[in-house]
Amino acid sequence: MTQTPAPLKCTPLRDVHVKAGAKMVPFGGWDMPVQYTGIIEEHRCVRSAVGLFDISHMGEFEVRGPGALGAVQRVTSNDASTLAIGQVQYSLLCYPEGGIVDDLTLYRLADQHYMLTVNASNIDKDWAWVTEHGQGADWKNVSAETGLLAVQGPKAEGLVQRLAGTDVTRAPYYHFVKGGVAGVPCLISRTGYTGEDGFELYAPAERLESLWNALMEGGKGDGIQPIGLGARDTLRLEMKFALYGNDIDETTSPLEAGLGWVVKPAKGDFIGRAAIEKVRAAGVTRKLVGFEMTERAVARHGYRLLKDGAEIGVVTSGSFSPSLERCIGMGYLRADLAPAGTELDVDIRGQAHRARVAKTPFVPSKAKKS
Amino acid sequence: MANVPADLRYTKEHEWAKLEGDKARVGITAFAQEQLGDVVFVELPKVGAKVSAMKTFGVVESVKAVSDLFAPLTGEVVEINAELPKKPELVNSDPYGKGWMIVIKLANPKEWETLLSAADYEKLVASAGH
Repeated sequence: MTQTPAPLKCTPLRDVHVKAGAKMVPFGGWDMPVQYTGIIEEHRCVRSAVGLFDISHMGEFEVRGPGALGAVQRVTSNDASTLAIGQVQYSLLCYPEGGIVDDLTLYRLADQHYMLTVNASNIDKDWAWVTEHGQGADWKNVSAETGLLAVQGPKAEGLVQRLAGTDVTRAPYYHFVKGGVAGVPCLISRTGYTGEDGFELYAPAERLESLWNALMEGGKGDGIQPIGLGARDTLRLEMKFALYGNDIDETTSPLEAGLGWVVKPAKGDFIGRAAIEKVRAAGVTRKLVGFEMTERAVARHGYRLLKDGAEIGVVTSGSFSPSLERCIGMGYLRADLAPAGTELDVDIRGQAHRARVAKTPFVPSKAKKS
Repeated sequence: MANVPADLRYTKEHEWAKLEGDKARVGITAFAQEQLGDVVFVELPKVGAKVSAMKTFGVVESVKAVSDLFAPLTGEVVEINAELPKKPELVNSDPYGKGWMIVIKLANPKEWETLLSAADYEKLVASAGH
């Protein structure tokens, strides 16, 4: 007996990607471009010029009303009460047991009005979670009607500014402004998943193609290229940004993952607080670290980390770093071995290959932190 | 259209073989390298190693994935492409030329006839939904 898989969901730009020569792959239930010309070339384009990503598969939930802040505070781990209107915050949804439901960015759109941007593969799970546990506010799942493009790279600011009807330089890192870009109404958010300066542009799904075309046309002189999920993954890995499902999930504590900075127990109670505080008091036994291979060999998700032949951890992400031209990875490692410089081995198909715990991010972040 | 040279033979796992007297030169096809994307690492057997038809002889890693390499023919490895460890991207840029992987001295030359012809391999690639 074979089950018929559910049909893949498509972003508003699926046909645009196919026409541009993209190789399409299933990702979290979505038919997505993994690459156009090649992962390494696309990666380098983002680091040196500007790249355009269709990330409309991401989910967006709005929540509003007098109970909105209370609901957000209950379901997320960071302190949403510190957010000014126009500000963005990285945060987590946690289980009562202290594991992670999802990671997300939280936008304060207006006084009693927030937006949560969540991972594509988790939209249904997250929607059920926030509506069950974030009662007393008016939730709306706007994922389907919301398109999302990322414009990332050293030339992103110049490009977006040329097409925008507002001064986008007013938005520092993790802030947003609203305005037209090439005539399309956008929420212009200075955020990203690459370590470069740049923007994420939220726009109505039915206007996304004209926004995409305007950015591709307007960025010609900058050397703009469309960027697939393959390079999105190598770019985020060089920054040691966690990917849900690879590096963090329901079994990992935010404290083990190095995400203690978005867990704010002082704000009051939230789902997962007691369990996470228990871990904090006891101390973590493993930590998510970055490592570089000292041999040319690629560590992949699930491979074992070894020290003198004994298992000391597990690889959660690994790839070739186009910037460093070395193989790098992330993994959970016994806490006492987590400091940078620790020598270890990765079990790659039964053979031990040498690696070393690295300082992270692997590549310095150029996001505008001002 | 897929790039499938007529003078080579193929496996359904997307390796090619080129007959050179009693030996065969082996690599992966243009279709295979395109599916893999940027190749960053190639693991080859040592000269002198014995390989068997349709058993793995090595591994190719792209940025995204790892794939086994299958020997098209049985025999002894008499030559390996020493450039590949330093320049794995040759597999992408020139899969039928500078991106070759190993040369096998054939233990059983009759095996050659069991490999796919270019026409059959083209059909296979076409049905792979490309």
